[in-house]
Amino acid sequence: MKVKVISRSTEEFTRERSQDLQRVFRNYDPALRPQEKAVEYARAVNAAKLEKIFARPFVGAMDGHADGVSCMAKNPNHLKGIFSASMDGDIRLWDMASRRTVCQYPGHKGAVRGLTVSTDGTILISCGTDCTVRLWSVPIAGAGESEDSSRNVSKPLIVYAWKHAFWAVDHQWNGNVFATAGAQVDIWDHNRSEPLNTFGWGNETSVSVRFNPAEPNLLATSASDRSIVIYDLRMSSPARKLIMKTKTNSIAWNPMEPMNFTAANEDCNCYSYDARKLDEAKCVHQDHVSAVMDIDYSPTGREFVTGSYDRTVRIFQYNGGRSREIYHTKRMQRVFCVKYSCDGTYLISGSDDTNLRLWKAKASEQLGVKQEYLDAVKDRYKHLPEVNRIVRHRHLPKPIYKAANLRRTIIEAERTKEKRRKAHSAPGSISAQSYRKRRIIREVE
Amino acid sequence: MRGYGADLESLKDKKLKGQLSVKEQLYGQSAKAAAKTEKWIMPTEGGSLVAEGLEKTWRMKQEDIISEVDILSSRKACDISLRVLGPYTLVYTLNGRNMLMAGRKGELATIDMLTMNLIKNFQVKETVRDVVFLQDGQTFAAAQKKYVYIYNRDGTEIHCLKEHEAPQSLQYLEKHFLLSSINKYGQLHYQDVSTGEMVANYRTGLGGARAMRTNTFNAVIGLGHPGGKVTMWKPTSVKPLVSMLCHHGPVTAMAFHTDGRLMATAGMDRKIKLWDLRKYQVLRSFAGHARTLDFSQRGLLAVGNGSFVDIWRDSGGDQSFMDRYMNHSMVKGYQVGRVRFRPYEDVLGIGHSNGISSVLVPGSGEPNFDSWVANPYETRQQRREKEVRALLDKLQPETIMLDPGRIGTVRPTRATEAEEEDVAEVEKEAAIAAAKASALKHKTKGRNKPSKMLKKKQEGIERVKRSFMELPPERESKKLKKTEEVELPRSLQRFAKKKSS
Repeated sequence: MKVKVISRSTEEFTRERSQDLQRVFRNYDPALRPQEKAVEYARAVNAAKLEKIFARPFVGAMDGHADGVSCMAKNPNHLKGIFSASMDGDIRLWDMASRRTVCQYPGHKGAVRGLTVSTDGTILISCGTDCTVRLWSVPIAGAGESEDSSRNVSKPLIVYAWKHAFWAVDHQWNGNVFATAGAQVDIWDHNRSEPLNTFGWGNETSVSVRFNPAEPNLLATSASDRSIVIYDLRMSSPARKLIMKTKTNSIAWNPMEPMNFTAANEDCNCYSYDARKLDEAKCVHQDHVSAVMDIDYSPTGREFVTGSYDRTVRIFQYNGGRSREIYHTKRMQRVFCVKYSCDGTYLISGSDDTNLRLWKAKASEQLGVKQEYLDAVKDRYKHLPEVNRIVRHRHLPKPIYKAANLRRTIIEAERTKEKRRKAHSAPGSISAQSYRKRRIIREVE
Repeated sequence: MRGYGADLESLKDKKLKGQLSVKEQLYGQSAKAAAKTEKWIMPTEGGSLVAEGLEKTWRMKQEDIISEVDILSSRKACDISLRVLGPYTLVYTLNGRNMLMAGRKGELATIDMLTMNLIKNFQVKETVRDVVFLQDGQTFAAAQKKYVYIYNRDGTEIHCLKEHEAPQSLQYLEKHFLLSSINKYGQLHYQDVSTGEMVANYRTGLGGARAMRTNTFNAVIGLGHPGGKVTMWKPTSVKPLVSMLCHHGPVTAMAFHTDGRLMATAGMDRKIKLWDLRKYQVLRSFAGHARTLDFSQRGLLAVGNGSFVDIWRDSGGDQSFMDRYMNHSMVKGYQVGRVRFRPYEDVLGIGHSNGISSVLVPGSGEPNFDSWVANPYETRQQRREKEVRALLDKLQPETIMLDPGRIGTVRPTRATEAEEEDVAEVEKEAAIAAAKASALKHKTKGRNKPSKMLKKKQEGIERVKRSFMELPPERESKKLKKTEEVELPRSLQRFAKKKSS
């Protein structure tokens, strides 16, 4: 007969010296792990609770401006710095790590409406209501961070004066050209004192402008006649125009899917469109209770941050209809501009109370904790009532809570009315329109 | 792979469909990767006993086996002979590291099986009926004459649980930290040993259970009663989950297979039955008495009776029949009290009237352990870490259910229930209309009175209505329960007590 019995030698299963690591052996057989789902569920509840305990998103505030912050710009080559401009013409470069001003750029006589940095990070371009465009030189990363925290004051490289007030500016990616928005959309070169090209469609002012990150000749603008216009620099006329029911305050292109952009609208929603097919929104992001002022995408392209007139900053998933996170403070008033940091871990919001605030993108992020497993197990059970109640819970300020309830009641009432109208009219006479199409009036070629 | 894949064809939501298909792909890839690495990460091979030629495995004696294996393994087969303090019962920790032997007349001894050291030996001077290890392999609970006592590693009594009166058997649910006991009056207690609160006290109403085992697959406690019934209990319901009539006499022993699908019971009616726990039907029935039963990690069944122990093995692979595998008979005065397989080793421990013996049973233990589940080579630090993690992952008693895979699944929506109700109503009305329209037989010879005809017609209508009333639609409470809903299979409907709605 052949006999074999389990025999293990102790040396193989224990460590030799105390400096060695302990040996770990795995057997993935599910029979060794009874009641796995119950254990995972218990871990999901604990993970949800811990996430709420460790959620401290506010990092700090940067104060120094004397008037509300109107716009911000990030330097793609320097992670730690952010430029901000206020309504009284003051432009500053901040160091986010120490939350201090590194450099100031005085000069504008009125509100600064647009700020942008060239792609190589050497030139800062600002434009304002005093009809000027100013180009400033940016200190090289490293040279600007001096130990004695000197407040450098710089003079502009050059000032271009033009005929009308400017509302926004954006620089082309990997190019030498920047566009300003005002009574018309002008395309400028760094060295020319006059715009290379001018676009206009109708008699409206353009309110914001944004270049496409992948296609250097494509840009999207939004105008005060409630339209979004897409221009191609190689053509002499605009490519496409989309008219909506309310005005769009800001547009952001998705850096990972550059054919999609998201528009922050006055009717408290953000609309994501595919630039090739503008007749229907890809997704409607609802959750704000007042006009959405600014929008910026994360470098991963998976989420974006919005700042709204209702004093809150919200983070949405790129394809999600509801916000993932909301940040608010008693001291933060109307939020005019938001930016996602270049590494995707922080957000910066500039608001009417003259402060820039630094927030964490993941509120309960901790160093050294293996968060992926806890996030995954929480995701798997987040539909169950106990976990859902904890994960969904956010404290809202009372005015926002009440405004949201009111909005919900109004929308429900409209929907019920539509349903009843449809039920009591001849079948087929009233066709239901999806919400994604409802806010669009028409698309014009 | 666990469970079935998602049914993607019937989905209309494209976003969800895309997300689910990506996940399904990921699951497939990870299962393949795990299967590929299996041959590298499993360091130990399982045991086996193969008969050559005309030999039969059940004629092999322990002496032959011991002479063929290596020295370390042969040392695992031993006999500890203690006569004074009564028939001995034994229990192993979940990683097979420590063993606790309890003599009926009051002796308690813990032994470290790896080094064969005696950790502590002490006497409590009263009857000890049963013992279990608690959360780490150091603390244990003993069911003594009047109460349950908890002792620590040094033999110090740390708790006296007075609510458990005259306990006969103990079981410990390690993921839920629940200690449960049954006494001769049939009272079942569940106590949480981490917080100390008594979770449940139930009167089974069926008398004291001589057989008490835990189904490790779903943490349900099975009791074998003197009337031949086997009931299964969970801490959150007053009535048992399942109540089945297994034997024509008292149930003497029972055991659950580790995958929760098989149960072995033995009764005084000289039958040992193997039950399928999915359909609650008998798979196999053998003749013979059994004082004790135990399943090993690999599915071998040990039957202890008188002074010998039979070991059965499922050779077909589908657990539909068991073959005789081995037999061990001891000295003819020794009465086998309890048999327990040692986890992760090919060893069977036998507690008998004269002490403890352990015999080698090749192929009974799981050769490869997982360090995060149970580690026989645990250090002190690892043991403490494990205890903390187990406390963090402690399960609530509400999560115990017959089918543990139901956590996280979706209940049928209100819409389908409303549809069912509508359909039932329509049917009912159709049946009533049919009953009203049915023509009665015209009787002759003066028996055709109009009042009688009317009465008969009304009786017919009422009969139809009553047939619908007997199955009222079940209305569930508005509070969403995350689990619950025990649905007994048809074969068991007659055993389960009907809830009066």
